[in-house]
Amino acid sequence: MAKGGYKLVGCIEDIKSGSLEAIGVSKIFTSVDGNEVVALSEMNFKINPGEFVSLIGPSGCGKTTLLRLIAGLDKPSSGKILLDGNEIKSTSYERGLVFQNPKLYPWLTIYENIAFGLKARRVFNKDNNEVVYFIDLIGLRGFEKSYPHHISGGMAQRVALARALINHPKVLLLDEPLGALDAFTRINMQDEIIRIWKERKTTMVMVTHDVDEAIYMSDRIFVMTPRPAKVEKIIEVNLDRPRNRDSSDFINLRNEILRIMKF
Amino acid sequence: MKKHLNFELLLPLFVTVVALVLHKTIPNNKDILYRNYNYFSNLLIILIIIFSVLIIVAKFNTKIKKTYTYKSRLIAGAIFLLCIYNLITLKFNLIPEVYFPYPDKVINVFFRDYKLLLKCLLHSLRLLFTGVISGGIAGIITGVCVGWSKKLNYWLAPLVKFIGPIPATIWIPIALVVFPTSFGASAFIVALSMWFPTSLMTSSGIQNLEKSYFEVAKTLGSPNYYQLLRIAIPGALPSIFTGFFNGITSSFITLITAEMIGVKYGIGWYVNWQREVMSFANVYAGLIVIGVMCSLVLTIMFRVRDKLLTWQKGVINW
Repeated sequence: MAKGGYKLVGCIEDIKSGSLEAIGVSKIFTSVDGNEVVALSEMNFKINPGEFVSLIGPSGCGKTTLLRLIAGLDKPSSGKILLDGNEIKSTSYERGLVFQNPKLYPWLTIYENIAFGLKARRVFNKDNNEVVYFIDLIGLRGFEKSYPHHISGGMAQRVALARALINHPKVLLLDEPLGALDAFTRINMQDEIIRIWKERKTTMVMVTHDVDEAIYMSDRIFVMTPRPAKVEKIIEVNLDRPRNRDSSDFINLRNEILRIMKF
Repeated sequence: MKKHLNFELLLPLFVTVVALVLHKTIPNNKDILYRNYNYFSNLLIILIIIFSVLIIVAKFNTKIKKTYTYKSRLIAGAIFLLCIYNLITLKFNLIPEVYFPYPDKVINVFFRDYKLLLKCLLHSLRLLFTGVISGGIAGIITGVCVGWSKKLNYWLAPLVKFIGPIPATIWIPIALVVFPTSFGASAFIVALSMWFPTSLMTSSGIQNLEKSYFEVAKTLGSPNYYQLLRIAIPGALPSIFTGFFNGITSSFITLITAEMIGVKYGIGWYVNWQREVMSFANVYAGLIVIGVMCSLVLTIMFRVRDKLLTWQKGVINW
């Protein structure tokens, strides 16, 4: 797996790991006026190691809530989520998260932003580290010393990806990672994420609003509905990669998903 | 355009020459007791030499030319005001001489009284630095505690809110009793006036940081202390500096007031003492020293900030 002479540090030995399982997961929020809002109800699913899963559905259907539960940022009100059989209780570098807005640290250079996880975990080695490898991977050679406001939104999102990937997470959670990008950058980034995913074999869970994006990228699509917030249907995408957005199978899938989402 | 630039380059030199000519040709007002000082004319001559050199240097160095051209109107304006002041005091005696001494008399103070002025300045600076540095450090520590830890916030935030807005000078009598030396007492109240804005801006700087910065850090495996050192503090640094500037400004005020009230030596003490003996030339000399001292300290602070916050350039205009 080492490329360009960089020894990969902090790497998870068993690349086959990264399975997720939700057992009866519910999340109830209490709003300011005391009303209870059911954000997720009785959710059950399994995600296989190295699988690319998209969560799709109208806003308010609990996609982001689910992602935050998997990340460990929030705790489920009932039920549990397992990563490789172990219950998720708090955050961990094993579950990386990329927001819609890149959220790079503006006071750190691109290099330091990408190295953040390694340094935070005290596994950063100045002479032998993967930061340069990841800068190459996302095509930002020459921008190491730039600050985040010097680079474009697409570049920043790629840095955010690299920052999460450098920890070799078992699962990468993507919360509308391309939502803020223009159409052209978006399509490029979709291919880039697919390329990185194929190379790293990380389990991916992506929240998106875009049906085409979900079909283009995922192995399976979880179509979610609000009230009650749950997975309405799981759709297998059995199309060869790279996928053709104009093929009839693609269009049929799109129509099927749109039909389900209208319910 | 080129002609315009030349005009701006020559402006300070021109105004200075005019000021010198007016000073030399117009006779002094006969009511004013004038000793044969040469300070003002010497100052103008030195300025003429400096400006001439600058004009020559500007021909070869575009960077100096740009800065000098930009500042030339300001410099010329300042010399113009000085010239006017010299005219309405020494030359025409339009305002009471006791309260508004002519420039030569003020400059004379620097030559006659420089030993005491220097002693006072050093005393003030020592007090200022002791107070500002200890108050700044205490402010950052308090601010981090309040902004970072919920438990400490519970106890410390009300304390900061209660003590902070009380003017530091009110503590002078108490401080003089509590501290063994008057230096310690005045250092304490200077520190106190630095402490409040720094701790307030540090804690609010940390609290106003986006929550997602910390959430990302957690998913990257960052322990708490690392989030504090690499996210909370650097993220709050712009705000911390705002606190520093507010703190230093109120430290100046506290310092001068403290010196006027109880502390022996120091520039504030000097100004107050000279005012009591009605020697206003010395008062103005003292004020000039205070002004130069404060603006120098602020300039150094700005430089430090620019160095530490290079990442902000382009994010925020200043």
